[in-house]
Amino acid sequence: MSATLKAPGAKAAARPPLPAAAASRFNPKYLPLAATISLFVAMASLGSVLYTGFFSAQVFLNLLVDNAFLVIVAVGMTFVILSGGIDLSVGSVVALTTMVSAALVEHHGWSPAAVIPLVLLMGTAFGAFMGFLIERFRLQPFIVTLAGMFLARGLCYLISVDSISITNEFYSEVSQLRIPLWEDASLSISALIAALVLLAAVFIAHCTPFGRTVYAVGGNEQSALLMGLPVRRTLVGVYTLSGFCSALAGVVFTFYMLSGYGLHATGLELDAIAAVVIGGTLLSGGVGYVAGTLFGVLMLGIIQTLISFDGSLSSWWTRIVVGVLLFVFCLLQRLLVKRTSTSS
Amino acid sequence: MSEKKTPLSVMRHRLAWPLLTLFLLLVVNTVFNASFLHVEWRDGHLYGSLIDILNRAAPLVLVSLGMTMVIATRGIDISVGAVVAIAAALAAWMIGGSVSAGVSRFPMPLAILAALGIALLCGLWNGLLVARVGMQPIIATLILMVAGRGIAQLITGGQIITIYYAPFFFLGSGYLLGLPFSLFIVVAVFALLYLAVTRTALGLFIQAVGINPTAARVAGVQARRLIVAAYAFCGLCAGIAGLLISSNVKSADGNNAGQLLELDAILAVTLGGTALTGGRFSLVGSVIGALIIQTLTYAIYSLGVPPEINLVVKAVVVFVVMLLQSPEFRAEIAIWVRRPALRGMRP
Repeated sequence: MSATLKAPGAKAAARPPLPAAAASRFNPKYLPLAATISLFVAMASLGSVLYTGFFSAQVFLNLLVDNAFLVIVAVGMTFVILSGGIDLSVGSVVALTTMVSAALVEHHGWSPAAVIPLVLLMGTAFGAFMGFLIERFRLQPFIVTLAGMFLARGLCYLISVDSISITNEFYSEVSQLRIPLWEDASLSISALIAALVLLAAVFIAHCTPFGRTVYAVGGNEQSALLMGLPVRRTLVGVYTLSGFCSALAGVVFTFYMLSGYGLHATGLELDAIAAVVIGGTLLSGGVGYVAGTLFGVLMLGIIQTLISFDGSLSSWWTRIVVGVLLFVFCLLQRLLVKRTSTSS
Repeated sequence: MSEKKTPLSVMRHRLAWPLLTLFLLLVVNTVFNASFLHVEWRDGHLYGSLIDILNRAAPLVLVSLGMTMVIATRGIDISVGAVVAIAAALAAWMIGGSVSAGVSRFPMPLAILAALGIALLCGLWNGLLVARVGMQPIIATLILMVAGRGIAQLITGGQIITIYYAPFFFLGSGYLLGLPFSLFIVVAVFALLYLAVTRTALGLFIQAVGINPTAARVAGVQARRLIVAAYAFCGLCAGIAGLLISSNVKSADGNNAGQLLELDAILAVTLGGTALTGGRFSLVGSVIGALIIQTLTYAIYSLGVPPEINLVVKAVVVFVVMLLQSPEFRAEIAIWVRRPALRGMRP
């Protein structure tokens, strides 16, 4: 009972009060998130039992280090999906960011201090443009962001068809830099940025009017509009945020790869969507948690780690396992939605 | 409303804009390349740019036809590229990569049937997820899109299988009666589908499901079965396209075969005037849309523009087409067009 009393007012207002018997039980909307976390723990224990050297702080920190860009992209994607939309352009915006950074730093001799704010602004503007088209002309997010994906990839190739490697000192130093945590475990700058983005996103989603409006719009756009919420501004804002996250992920990816290339991060949008879904966010919008997305990304990461520790399994098993997981979680969500709709 | 007043009522026909676009592209090609329209008889078959475009557009036309049926039922299938890869991989594996040209691991008809069978199964899987489980089409097909490439690589063992078995090449690069054999496949599939949707009630039912699924069900249309059938057909089309592609390039690449084909197919359907919101659809429009994309690609190559610009041009085309399809945008344009006129009338 205490859980329902503590529940924020907006959420309680959004749905009719549950009967006391139902409220005292475990709230089914946490089920996907709980399933993800328990599955993650199960996989981690399985790895620790099977492979020597798996159970170390560094292996788990590496999940964050190697997937920092994915965490950032997936956080942006979470907001888009919470609002009931989808953003297919994230992977190509990451590629475009690496390409523009590499070209400006290497070919034009710009300082990283000027390049990084510029690319962040570029990604944000790109997202805002797509959000504007979606909101103003009531276009389908799928198609608009698809065109955005074509456009950003095409622009990459217009800059250069080949990969541009970065030799700039600042970039190589940042990519080498490790922040020691304890004993021999350490974290990279990128992982730190990802952690900060995640914290900021949790704050935005749960403690700001913008975050609340995103949930409201995803739950029911018509109701949100009638409640007098700034639906249009929020919709544009969601895609702008996703664009910013993609650009930031692109900067992090540049640190990670130390090159700019039009084929960087192909299929990243699929990984991001998969991470969001596995993290327990409903694709119909309105339900989900930013923190769940972190576990979604960690889940993708631990599958890869397990496969690389095993050594005998080929890399394509990652894709098959991710597909199966996606299927299981979508099925779980469907069952939940069906149950809540029949019970009400 | 104002439709009857306009003198250009021909332009109101839904195929007018796609046809005009295709015509303009052909004109551009002809202007920059004088021998573009030239078709001659060489080595026992017709030879020329137009024939080349038709042959290369064949897989895209097939996939677009399948996609049209899916989109007409208010769905979307983003797994077709992965299905193409799976079908191509299975066919290539069954025919085998042995260097001796006359030997195949399994008889070729069996390999073709198996490839089509697995593609049909993929389509059925998508259809069942959408119609029975009730998932959103994008998500249901996303699962296969993610896992499909993994499955294709599992079949090929992560490598590009080169095919040496000569009879298989006939599918994608052979000629019958002087025309590319792939053209006959496309025409056959199109004719069957066209007859099915125009001569039977099937087309009407699919439109009914696309416009209002609930109303269609209440009216006695077997909506679920139709949706499963649409996805299965789309999978089958992708399978045939996979056979054509692997036969044409004489290999199967689990990772790259049919890459971005799903997007091209959706673009072709949209260009052909079928709205993504389901309901009314145009098979001829989709064929024209696919031809527009292939002609555009050809134009970009023949103009000497770097081929990389292809993606940018496609992006611009998508933006323009979807803006033109948006009622809000049209309304806005109408206001802008009318304003000066009103000002002119008020002296």
